[in-house]
Amino acid sequence: MLHHLIRQAARNGFAADLSLAPLSAPSRRGFLKAIGAGAGALVIGAHVPLPALAAEAAAKTVGPADPRPQLFVIVAPDNTVTVLAKHLDKGQGIVTGLATIVAEELDADWAQVRGAFAPADNKLYANHFFGIQGTGGSTAIANSWDELRMAGAAARAMLVAAAAARWNVPAGEVTVSKGVVRHAASNRSLTFGELAEEAAKLPVPQQVKLKDPKDYVLIGKPDLHRLDHISKTNGTAIFAMDIRRPDQVTAVLARSPRFGGTVKSVDDAAARKVPGVIEVVNLPVGVAVIAKNTWAAMKGREALTVTWDDAKAEMRGTDAMLADYRKLADQPGAVAAGKGDADKAFAEAAAKGGHVVEGDFVFPYLAHAPMEPLNAVVALTPEGGCTIWAGSQFQGVEQMVAAHILGCKPEQVKIETQWAGGSFGRRATTNADYIAEAVMIAKAYPKAPVHLVWTREDDIKGGRYRPLFLHRIKAAVDAKGALVAWKQRIVGQSFMAGTPFEAVMVKNGVDATMVEGASDMAYAVPNLAVDAHTVASPVTTLWWRSVGHTHTAYSKEVMIDRLAKAAGKDPVAFRLEMLKDHPRLAGVLKLAAEKAGWGQPMPQGKGRGVAVHESFNTYVAHVADVTVDAKGQVKVDRVVVAIDCGQVINPDIVKAQMEGGTGWGIGHALRGEITMTDGVVDQANFDSYLPMRMSDMPAVEVHIVPSGERPTGAGEPGVPTAAPAVANAVFSVTGQPQQTLPFSRGGIVS
Amino acid sequence: MISINVNGENRQVDVPEDMPLLWVLRDELNMTGTKFGCGVAQCGACTVHVDGTSTRACQTPVGMLGPDSKVTTIEGVKGKAAQAVQAAWQKLDVVQCGYCQSGQIMSAVALLTDNQNPTDQDIDAAMDGNVCRCATYVRIRAAIKDAAQTMRA
Repeated sequence: MLHHLIRQAARNGFAADLSLAPLSAPSRRGFLKAIGAGAGALVIGAHVPLPALAAEAAAKTVGPADPRPQLFVIVAPDNTVTVLAKHLDKGQGIVTGLATIVAEELDADWAQVRGAFAPADNKLYANHFFGIQGTGGSTAIANSWDELRMAGAAARAMLVAAAAARWNVPAGEVTVSKGVVRHAASNRSLTFGELAEEAAKLPVPQQVKLKDPKDYVLIGKPDLHRLDHISKTNGTAIFAMDIRRPDQVTAVLARSPRFGGTVKSVDDAAARKVPGVIEVVNLPVGVAVIAKNTWAAMKGREALTVTWDDAKAEMRGTDAMLADYRKLADQPGAVAAGKGDADKAFAEAAAKGGHVVEGDFVFPYLAHAPMEPLNAVVALTPEGGCTIWAGSQFQGVEQMVAAHILGCKPEQVKIETQWAGGSFGRRATTNADYIAEAVMIAKAYPKAPVHLVWTREDDIKGGRYRPLFLHRIKAAVDAKGALVAWKQRIVGQSFMAGTPFEAVMVKNGVDATMVEGASDMAYAVPNLAVDAHTVASPVTTLWWRSVGHTHTAYSKEVMIDRLAKAAGKDPVAFRLEMLKDHPRLAGVLKLAAEKAGWGQPMPQGKGRGVAVHESFNTYVAHVADVTVDAKGQVKVDRVVVAIDCGQVINPDIVKAQMEGGTGWGIGHALRGEITMTDGVVDQANFDSYLPMRMSDMPAVEVHIVPSGERPTGAGEPGVPTAAPAVANAVFSVTGQPQQTLPFSRGGIVS
Repeated sequence: MISINVNGENRQVDVPEDMPLLWVLRDELNMTGTKFGCGVAQCGACTVHVDGTSTRACQTPVGMLGPDSKVTTIEGVKGKAAQAVQAAWQKLDVVQCGYCQSGQIMSAVALLTDNQNPTDQDIDAAMDGNVCRCATYVRIRAAIKDAAQTMRA
């Protein structure tokens, strides 16, 4: 879904989404038309995704090759192979993943492989799903799979050609293995480094032959180390937070405590007296305090007296918002999916010995809270552009927004992408958000490079949350225990509304990201009715690791267990009956159940629950084991995960993403919530927005389905099924469905 | 001028006494391995050792450090426990985004310096103050056990 909309929005131009006040100039449309829509790129729509490419079998010759290996791989005379990653690595291991693909086709030795971030360039480094450069939607591997295999194969062919020329032997007699080029007949060999210079002078081959997967020596192998595993264990890895430019100053920004509030007046006299404070500037996005160091900037901000204008601000608390949602849920919404006649089926089920099950589900606002607080360094260039150092996730958007602020061309904005200390969706925004703030401050204070730093409080209170959602579901099984009807109403905010995505993504009043995972439910059901109400609020919202699936998978899977119980069926067997047309979903479900020992009796006070879901073209099942103690307190003991993401590039990274996705899903279900009182966020830091900690983390066992299908993503799909599996495990012990998140609300965790 | 000893070197810094050690390290001494995560001792990303004890640098005003206090950061941590911990972290590919890992490693080194055979409960107690939003906890636990085994061998 995401892919399609971002691509369309890119065509429309991102200008319309510049919701930051100073950017809403009359020229906001059109200045971004420079975005290459990527006419020659692979065009893959949302729901006809990967099969479009599947016809191209891996081992056959593909062409014409436009791998331009120099875009993606640098073979240097020092015998290193550097793979340039067009995608941001925010922990998901994509630098390693992309390098693995290139190294495989190149036949490099893993020890000689390095990773680096490619320069920002929408034309050269577009995400083929988006049409601009950017990372998200678990697309990085899928959209790089072809171009990087071709790049690696082309580079290999050039090294072979260089060796063949030097030795005056046919290229067909030259072999490559582990970074060494050989001619067996004459017992000669050369390293990549020794051939680099000559190979670079040769033409890029127009046809390349890709390996047969059976010959892979790196792809799919569990023993490769991540390329960042040393630098991130000795403190040498550099994040944007660690950038130190000559004369750099640090800025913090005072923002409205209420969403939609603006600055009415500022008294900065006391702030200017704080030692180390250099300047205070009033911007439409808030009041920036610029200082010699971070501590002085923070002290300076504390000394500011700002009066805010709340005329357009959200003044409701979350309880009041939810009460409004419940009222809306009594009314029909905009139709997202419909077939058969659900109401008739409910009446029949009730009359003929079936069971009707109903429930409201409440999902709170959630912050992403990546460990590295948001920050960016901006240095203006004499030519009127700038250089940005950031954990940049939508480079394409950020370049254009920065260019708009500065009045320069996008190509005058250079982005030095850094390792990002987490994102979970937070860094990918349609208006460049914190990077735009940093550029605005740099424009107001052009004397030195500016480092804008968000504090953790800025982050927790700063919005762009996973939206608050209410789901109302009614479903029925007939007397035989077959699912006959499913009616679901979803109420919440759309983070597409008011952006250029709206035109593409909001169809008939329904934002596709609100209902994904619900309107396209995989379980066979003859009568389905899904509708939605889109609520407006100044509270800013955003995609959050696994987007709509964060709530739709949960309500679906918890209701399915209630229905299984009503039907007197085993939760796994019940699901399998309804997944006959979905072999890959059924496959992960069976695998997880088998590995977890599904069906074995559980001791008193212990429960086991299951959930299965498809997201981002990847199939995941979780089985969770819990202990419920005498006081009703829940501890998650063990989780078994099965994943089918097609051809696996790095099994250990997929495993890590399942471990992390499981922690993300369960951690927020335990205690995660952002609430507001009179429009002001109640949480401020990790003492009130409670993160998962070591003692909460269950043992996690991951099983990967062997597959030759095209590779899909693993960054997000580990999230959706983790929490409902735990909820279903609790349900198996207590008989109480967990329909209000987080669990701490219901008292089952402290 | 305030004098502090970091990784065995005496350093002079011209900062207010209430400036936290975290910002002295990062902004004055350009030692960026110690991370800012929360500023209120709730996440452990800024963990350093002060005289061998695990300490949150964000809540340690530099003026409170005595002239004889020895500060050790990720850049300077050495010894049997540090070696075992970093090797185990690398062997098991613990890291994801990596931003919290300096702090995780400093806490783990302090734990293993005192206790070379930690139970799961010991690990929970020593590590619960270190948040990892990537949830690398499974591998952190495994790496601590692996390092402990190396140290006992």
